[in-house]
Amino acid sequence: MTLLEITLLIPLLGGLLLALVGHRPIAGWINIAVGVMTFGAALAMALEVLDHGPQLSPSRMFYIDAFNVYLVVLTAFVGLTTSIFSRPYMRHEVERGRVTSRRLRLYHAMYQCFLFSMLLALSTNNLGILWIGMELATLTTVLLVSLYRTPEAIEAAWKYFILCGVGIAQALFGTVLIYFAAETKFGAGRDDTLLWTVLHESAGGMDPAVITLAFVFLLVGYGTKVGLVPLHNWLPDAHSEGPTPMSAVLSGLLLNVALYALVRVKMLVDGSLHTNLAGNLMMGFGLLSFTVAGLFLHRQHDVKRMFSYSSIEHMGLITFGFGMGGPLATFGALLHMTVHSLTKSAIFITVGHACQLAGTQRITQIRGLIRTQPAIGWGLLLGTVAIAGFPPFGVFISEFLLLMATMKTWPWLTIPLLAGFGVAFGGLFRHMQQMVFGEPPPGQKPVEANMLPVVVHLLLVLWLGLAIPGFLSRWFEQATVLITGASPL
Amino acid sequence: MEFASLSLFNQAIILFAALALFMSFIMLAQARMMPLIFTFAWQGLLLTMVSVLVAIASGHPHLHISAAITFCLKVVVIPWLLYRLSAKLNMQYDAEAITHPTLLLLGGVALVIFSYHVSQSIVHLSGLATRNTIAVSMAIELLGMLLMIARKSAVAQVIGFMSMESGIFFAAVVSTYGMPLIVELGLAFDILVASILFGVFFFHLKDSFGSLNVGQFNRLSEANQPMPSPEAAEPAPGERS
Repeated sequence: MTLLEITLLIPLLGGLLLALVGHRPIAGWINIAVGVMTFGAALAMALEVLDHGPQLSPSRMFYIDAFNVYLVVLTAFVGLTTSIFSRPYMRHEVERGRVTSRRLRLYHAMYQCFLFSMLLALSTNNLGILWIGMELATLTTVLLVSLYRTPEAIEAAWKYFILCGVGIAQALFGTVLIYFAAETKFGAGRDDTLLWTVLHESAGGMDPAVITLAFVFLLVGYGTKVGLVPLHNWLPDAHSEGPTPMSAVLSGLLLNVALYALVRVKMLVDGSLHTNLAGNLMMGFGLLSFTVAGLFLHRQHDVKRMFSYSSIEHMGLITFGFGMGGPLATFGALLHMTVHSLTKSAIFITVGHACQLAGTQRITQIRGLIRTQPAIGWGLLLGTVAIAGFPPFGVFISEFLLLMATMKTWPWLTIPLLAGFGVAFGGLFRHMQQMVFGEPPPGQKPVEANMLPVVVHLLLVLWLGLAIPGFLSRWFEQATVLITGASPL
Repeated sequence: MEFASLSLFNQAIILFAALALFMSFIMLAQARMMPLIFTFAWQGLLLTMVSVLVAIASGHPHLHISAAITFCLKVVVIPWLLYRLSAKLNMQYDAEAITHPTLLLLGGVALVIFSYHVSQSIVHLSGLATRNTIAVSMAIELLGMLLMIARKSAVAQVIGFMSMESGIFFAAVVSTYGMPLIVELGLAFDILVASILFGVFFFHLKDSFGSLNVGQFNRLSEANQPMPSPEAAEPAPGERS
């Protein structure tokens, strides 16, 4: 059994085990243990890939290269830290009476199944399986979004289900079209024509008309899951109404996986068309999302909703970066994917504790965090500073790289980008002062909080901002070479 | 291409495909729940028959499996599930008011023309006898989406969703003789899970909103955000069991 199969099997079996364990107090610990094992296996696999280069499983069903291996590790890592956070958090939610302890069975089992579906989507070599993994990720999270069973949560989950269902159906149509293009080239009867490695090798010979049409469908489909404007409506709802650990993994991981799918497809399309059509479309949608989400940041009254708009904004920026192509932009986009994922999940973890502390998600009622519980207050402040792109955090570096790349290739677009950074900065810090430093309402008491994940995430982001370790930059470089064919260094 | 000059198999395939498209139009205009579900089942049956015919005409035996999957899911399981649920929720005789039915149908016609236009550039590639039906499959998919957009009832939205899925499945059958088997099985599994989840949601919707009309969703909109009182937004501890 290869390390990859172990990495995939652990969360799947863990999910089954947790379904059996039910709502016993030990379930939270098992969830963490499964996370630790998955992360260990993913790390071991990553080291193997680092030593021996890309690996194709014997059945050609799975393919691991520099691009997806680091996303696998990131997914396993954030999955682990969020599970550490979720144990005390969910126990507190049960105490508050927002969920019955019975629903914890569903929560824990689905949490691991969700991680499994993302790892499956990341590591598969088959475009069809990639789609199945993405759809499975929707299906496993939809019941978690509605976990609290409030009318708002039901509404959010229904929207999420329908919008992502429709979106992802378009991606399936796109996949069928790609298969059609491949079959016209290879002739019918081969069953390996949906394998990414096969398609990528011979992308040049596929019919441009079909591939163009397919890409439009795939962009709409996976773009819905990335949260690109105007298909983003599900995202703030699902983030604000679901339990906070879900928001952390949705923002930190699921959006990345969807974008990963889009970039994989873009690599095929670029190979076939030899024009920048795919890139231009991605740049357009990315910039639109970046701008619109930045403006929407100012209108929010719910703190989780606000940070979910910030996720849309950053995903827009990353999509823009990948769309621009070029080694520097791609390197920046890869780095930004990592630091955004780490920072945003840290923020959601802190926000989750802050909401429990204040007993509400409304920004106007969250006050004086730093006085009641300094760890949460500082966590939120530093997290927001990091996500807004201040040095010395990693987000600054990646945004700077993306800005540099824009200046080189599309100098005019630096103006909307800079304006967007300013607008988003204003939107984020508008309410921060009051929430962190304001006068705490009488009777506000500290809650049981485990800030270890936040500290680890923010330290990692800080580390990436000060000096990117050698092995990581080698990974990013290999991935960049894979995507663009040229090295940034 | 003269219709009469085609082989009998191909004529039958095109006929059934056209009928399936016609079913999509009926669904668009059908306001009552039960006929809507039955029309969906009929569409599933027509698509199954196309799959079987393509399988026989082309000699691809694995298409029989996908035909069987389509039959089980689209003709038996999903309609039965929806029927049971609407009976249980006591709404099998409900009808929803369709706003602007004429406009809706005209929009459907426009979508069909659009699909033919878009697939114009790719049908010449396909050497398959069924190439005419690529446009039809795309039209079924887009009409399913139109159904979801236009309707406010959760049942109609589910039917639209499943109809989109049928259209895509159909596209795979007629353009490439079906997807690889493992993908089709995975797809079927996803659809099955989705239909069960939809069923779960019907009960949640009924519990929270008193009906399956999703048009009354207004709690989570960006424009003029309603400011619910803090108690409504955040139930106090112990308030909810």
